[in-house]
Parts: sequence; C-alpha cells; structure tokens
Amino acid sequence: MFLQFFFGYCALMIIASGILAISLRNPVHSVLMVLVLFFHMAGLYLTLNAEFLAAVQIIVYAGAILVLYLFVLFLVSLREELHLDAFVPGAWLGRIIAVGLAVGLLYVIPAFTLGEKGTWSVSAIRELTHTKALGQELYSAYLLPFEIAGLILLVALIGGLVLARREEVPLPGADADPSPEHKEVAR
Amino acid sequence: MIPLSWYMALAAILFCIGVCGFLTRRNVIIMFLSIELMLNGVNLNLVALSHFMDSVRGQAFTFFIITVAAAEAAIGLGIAIALYRSRRSVHVDTINHLKG
Repeated sequence: MFLQFFFGYCALMIIASGILAISLRNPVHSVLMVLVLFFHMAGLYLTLNAEFLAAVQIIVYAGAILVLYLFVLFLVSLREELHLDAFVPGAWLGRIIAVGLAVGLLYVIPAFTLGEKGTWSVSAIRELTHTKALGQELYSAYLLPFEIAGLILLVALIGGLVLARREEVPLPGADADPSPEHKEVAR
Repeated sequence: MIPLSWYMALAAILFCIGVCGFLTRRNVIIMFLSIELMLNGVNLNLVALSHFMDSVRGQAFTFFIITVAAAEAAIGLGIAIALYRSRRSVHVDTINHLKG
C-alpha cells in the first residue's frame, strides 16, 4: 500500500514538474523543475530495487548534467536567448502531435506481454547487492560496450574542449606573423 | 506490488512531455532539456522491464544511456556556446560597419 502511494506521489510530481519544465518561460526555472523530476525518478528507481542506478541518477544527472546546463544558461545571457526555428509550424501542432503519440502509446501498452524471465531474480540481486550484480554483468557480458562508453566520454571531453576554446586573437604588434585577417584590419 | 503497466504508462507520458517540449519550444537549451526528459522516460521503461523480467540487461542499458546523455549534454552545450559566441561576434561586426 505504501509503495503504491509512493509511486503515485512520484508519478504526480514527475508529470507536474515535466509539464512545468517545458512550459515555464524562464529557462533557469525549467532546469530547476527538471532537477525535481530527476530526484523523483531516483525514488522510482528505488521502488524497482535499482539502488545503484538511483545513486547514479542523482550524482550524474542531477549533480553533473544539470549543473552543466545551469552554467551554460548563466554564460549565455538570459536576455538574448538562443533561438532556432521550431521544427513544426505553430506550437499547437507540436502539442497535438505529442498528445497523439501519448494516446497511441498508452493504447498499445495493454497488448504488451513479458518475455521469458532471466536469471537475476529479486532475491538473487538482494543476496549479492545491486551494485555487485550490475558490476558483474557490466564487466562480463558488456565489457566491450563498457570500454566504448569510456571512449565516448573521452570524445565528449575533447569535443567540449575544442568547441569551447576561444578563437586566438593576435594582439597588435605582439606577434611577428600576423594572420591574414589581422593584415586586413591593419590596412 | 506495483504493476508493470503503471511504470510503462508513466514512461510513455514522460516521453511525450519531452516530445512536446522539443517540438514547441524554440530555446536551444530547453530543447536539449526536453531530450533529457525523453531519455529519462526510456530509462524508466528499461529499468522497470528489467525488474519485472528478472534480468540486469535493461539496467546495464540504462547505465550506457546515462553515459551517452552526459556526452550529448557536453557536446550539445559546447555547440550552443559556440553558436552564441559566433552570433554575438556577428553582432559586433555590424556595429563596426555602422560606425564606418
């Protein structure tokens, strides 16, 4: 009974903060709403016996990714936001597409049937603790994807550095070999 | 015990909230945030399914999705900063042209 109340509370908070996150005008408020959403998502992971993923959700998503978003928001000044053209003409068409997708997905969920069960039952995971079980699986069956994930993180690190690097602006008279643009300006 | 369909319904709703935000908002950073919401919906589905199927496979997938989401956020926000910087520099150029 308590579990169902907890699920209801988390689901309500997730849906409410998600809708608020995409509808609030101030981007900083949106990011804070997503923070609330991530915490309740970690609560839901706890109801699914996935303690390690709950911790990762809070540490990586709420701790690292959202802080990155906040930094970029404060770096890109709030008054002149970055705008792109929307993918669909008009906001209402986007909302209709999203609601239609939701209705379609919710309609087909009852037709879903579970496949055959695996070997990691809840009691087996409890006996070994979740972190150990996930680690065993990651380092045996998913060793190559794990290495590739590390490579992806390295690519992200280098890519972020290259993208955020400031363009070199030669100081007047400071260097002996001025770039063509610099000569252009000097003339 | 919470039935699996509740989790799947919540995941579907969360995914559609993300789709709605991605299609309706025009701010680049909020669009990235909507992608994170969609990824979280998928994660919830994977974790719930792996719990109900007595398997750790979905949770390993979730682990990798979180990794890729972190990489995507770093690269995407780097592109956003580069875009902002180039637009601002264009702005400064026009000011120079006006000054003659």
